[in-house]
Amino acid sequence: MTLETIRHLKHDTPDHDRRLDGMAQGVLGTDMDRPEGPLKVSGRATYAAETAPEGMAHGYLVRAATIGRITGSNAEAVQAMPGVLHVLEDERMIRNAAQGMAGKSPVQKQGQAWYVGQPVACVVAESFEQARHAAQAMMVTIEPDGTHAFDAESREAQVETPEKKQLVQGDFDGAMSGAAFSIDNDYRTSSMSSAAMEPHASIAQWDEDGAVTLRGSYQLLRFNKNELADVLGVAPEKVRILSPYVGGGFGSKLGLAPEAVAAALSAQVLGRPVRVVLHRRQVFETVTRRSETKQRIRLACDAQGKLTAIGHENLVSQLPEEVFSEPVAQGTHFQYAAPNRLVGHHIARIRRPAAGSVRAPGEAVGVTAFEIAVDELAKAAGIDPLEFRLRNVPEKHPENGKPFSSSTMEATLREGAKRFGWEHTAPRQRREGEWWIGTGMAGCVRVNMMIEAHARVVLTGQGVRVECDMTDIGTGSYAILTQVAAEMLGFAPSQVETVLGDTDLPPASGSGGSFGAASTSTAVYLACMELRERLAAKIGVKETELTLKDGHAIHDNRQTKLSELLGEEEWRALGHLEPGKAGQDVRQATWGAVFAEVAVSDVTGETRVRRMEGTFACGRILNLKTARSQCHGGMIWGLGLALTEALEHDPRDGHMVNRDLAEYHLPVNLDVPQLGVHFLEERDDWANPLQAKGIGELAICGSGSAVINAIENACGVRVRQLPATLDRVMEGLAAHD
Amino acid sequence: MRSFDYVRAGDTAQAVREAGSEETRFIAGGTNLLDLMKLEVMAPGKLVDITRLDLGGIEETADGGLRIGALVTNSDLAADARVRRGWPVLSRALLAGASGQLRNKATTGGNLLQRTRCYYFYDRGEPCNKREPGSGCAAKDGVNRILAILGTSEHCIATHPSDMAVAMRALDARVEIEGAEGRREVALGEFYRLPGDTPQIETVLKPDDLITAVLLPAPAGGRQIYRKVRDRSSYAFALVSVAAVIEVEDGVISKAQLAFGGLGPMPWRDADVEAALVGAAPSAALFDRAADILLAEAKGYGGNDFKIPLTRRTLAAVLTQATEASA
Repeated sequence: MTLETIRHLKHDTPDHDRRLDGMAQGVLGTDMDRPEGPLKVSGRATYAAETAPEGMAHGYLVRAATIGRITGSNAEAVQAMPGVLHVLEDERMIRNAAQGMAGKSPVQKQGQAWYVGQPVACVVAESFEQARHAAQAMMVTIEPDGTHAFDAESREAQVETPEKKQLVQGDFDGAMSGAAFSIDNDYRTSSMSSAAMEPHASIAQWDEDGAVTLRGSYQLLRFNKNELADVLGVAPEKVRILSPYVGGGFGSKLGLAPEAVAAALSAQVLGRPVRVVLHRRQVFETVTRRSETKQRIRLACDAQGKLTAIGHENLVSQLPEEVFSEPVAQGTHFQYAAPNRLVGHHIARIRRPAAGSVRAPGEAVGVTAFEIAVDELAKAAGIDPLEFRLRNVPEKHPENGKPFSSSTMEATLREGAKRFGWEHTAPRQRREGEWWIGTGMAGCVRVNMMIEAHARVVLTGQGVRVECDMTDIGTGSYAILTQVAAEMLGFAPSQVETVLGDTDLPPASGSGGSFGAASTSTAVYLACMELRERLAAKIGVKETELTLKDGHAIHDNRQTKLSELLGEEEWRALGHLEPGKAGQDVRQATWGAVFAEVAVSDVTGETRVRRMEGTFACGRILNLKTARSQCHGGMIWGLGLALTEALEHDPRDGHMVNRDLAEYHLPVNLDVPQLGVHFLEERDDWANPLQAKGIGELAICGSGSAVINAIENACGVRVRQLPATLDRVMEGLAAHD
Repeated sequence: MRSFDYVRAGDTAQAVREAGSEETRFIAGGTNLLDLMKLEVMAPGKLVDITRLDLGGIEETADGGLRIGALVTNSDLAADARVRRGWPVLSRALLAGASGQLRNKATTGGNLLQRTRCYYFYDRGEPCNKREPGSGCAAKDGVNRILAILGTSEHCIATHPSDMAVAMRALDARVEIEGAEGRREVALGEFYRLPGDTPQIETVLKPDDLITAVLLPAPAGGRQIYRKVRDRSSYAFALVSVAAVIEVEDGVISKAQLAFGGLGPMPWRDADVEAALVGAAPSAALFDRAADILLAEAKGYGGNDFKIPLTRRTLAAVLTQATEASA
């Protein structure tokens, strides 16, 4: 019997049942290893480029070296080169990766090179080496189409100020001028790259019926499927995307990228499979980056350190025709209470490669700058920065009065301080040899999101299968979905098979915005609840009276094997989660606090982070190991944001100068100190029936400011332009000499 | 990558014979050359593989020095007990460079010949006189934070990226070369050339010259320090580095051998700096004067202006550490 029933939830109200707390298998929340871990560490997990369908050809993208109108090329000469099968110059090629959740084609070529580095052609050959060589020999003629701006702060940059993104509440100017203490500073963060370990790669293959299968490395398959269909002009049913393993995303694989389109178009022309792998340098240029930001932050407080005015005006950059702009003030709207508020958002249209979502868009840079500013105001007011924050915890959403679904800001601050052993002195007090030692702290906050998700759960007497097009981008989706099903249906995790990353399976949330775990787990939970109720009905008890454990149904002091109950039957259920008013009636967020100790060389300005301690409250922890890894990752991203990472753009044409991993400086192992991660486990009933919330992005939203604030405490140098490279610190040190 | 001929040399004479044209390159570890070939920044028509030659091994020489075979890997050289004892600055410089994986592959001869890490040299979409003579230098008015402040010309402001060579320069190393006319030795100080108007020519090597060894004189003694200042703790090229061999006798500096990385197109050494130090009592004022001499001709290009004060500060710290009375 393969009857499939559906359980749907429109999430309008909090779920106080907390059914998970009543389960008995005891696997959820443990630090269970990833089920696919052995495959990954032994090289048997097949990533996007790691299959080779028979007859596969190889494509390599050609980049625009200048900006303007494309008027010609030496395609004929390239076509004649050894091994070359096809030179693709199709107008449907895309300019840059799609924005996250676009679900339709990103901006296409339109005969233009919009930015230096744009893919303008793809050369396909019998071998990868032939394709690469021919692509490097290809010359595309580009006629300049006028002058452009390359820096958001340049006078030539056209700046948009969308009305909907501006906010004024109360008397901001009056509060600033009448304040006991105030600060008014510009902070800058740099253009940044996701730099996921696996470069983007796609293999496209068409069948006789005009359907295309794409093996790619993507985060949001149900959206990516529609994006590819739209680009190609085919029905979505004709597109299948497979992404069983994804070697890191961080936003860079949210939207369909140029290599997928080039592979699909080339494969169609040639009638054979085509693989296109982006060179690392192409990943940097064609996949969306995080915009640089300029943030003017003005804060005022009264004599007791109570905030009276908050101003956060931001300038970000973006290519023309892109709809996304870095939502810098996303956290500012509710992180701190103050009656007088001002938010400004300005978008400079410049010709740098497209900007888009990079891990924690908005808060990663917005909260980071803001938490530096808060440190500055606390110092101006002569109040310990921890105490200052505790005096300004908001009771409700300060702009619209809505309640918080849960408020853990104070608890994380207090617990974090205790774990770190927070002691804070004036700057330049501790010295070890040439090294200044100091401490700093910051609050972290990130909005909590959920999106629509489906998942199928198949129950037999022997175990469970979970199926959906969810992706595991290294975050642990395989593990947690396995754990949720195992817990709900009473099987050992080894008896649960989780199949992901295939658009032929029910459409899940995909991975992005830290919504993946909560959204898709909820869909799995709903399907499991459906199966539990069907079991209970068959046995003749209420679902709440049924215990499922180790393959047995236990009720009324009786124990029956599921294999006896189901026989040879296969029970299928589809869970369907739809976000509802629960996401609108309250402000849902995750909170944290990060404390850091740094050493700063008085000679060179080099900073060495000695320890970092993060305390986070982000709902029910589904898997302690993968959750902790997410926070380690976020804190290391914070280090990169604070100290090392910056994409340098040439001032003359905006191109990315340091587009490789030697010169784009991610923190290396030696840069990363002992990281403490502690979770304040909470039950936020507004979040979803699992009380699970987003984790992946929280730790980057503010942790960098703990480092910057610690630098100031160590050596007295306040860095307002990130990253705080040694030259920027040294300049401040020289002023003290 | 363009197609190329590949020859595996059986002995040094054959390697030299197989070379001889600008189109030919020797290959050993290939840690830099292969990357450059993939990007087609370098496109040799022929590679002569020298990895089977008998150029390994570290031997003691009659004058108490060392002869380091050109194929000795960076890892092996850094770990050699004699090097660590007698020439510790070299071991430290090696370990400050690259990553463990790269050091296992990279060789002594190849390290001397690595190409600059200038962004524009690596980018075929940009002009670069070193890559394409006469095309111009995009770095001067571009992003030049990592580039040179000493020894530059209007045609090129690239730096030499090696750490190893900086220590060898401070140690008065000599390069042993096998060429068509036999074997010769060149002091490392005369091995590299300033860019002038031919930045594509980086050394005195002729196309058929093969580096067979590096010779170190007898241990220099003194305090040996290698200090590398960079943008992260590991796996980054030097913004400034200092290799120092300093000896103090009776309160006066008796020996000063100083070489610098990250500042110029070659490991930089300035005899006037050393002359000013030798015979003088260590003091902050003296170290400042040494920096004045070193940096008298320094020229920043905007993004790298900070290297001038950074060099001054780093040199002072290294000299202070090297001349402090032992605790």
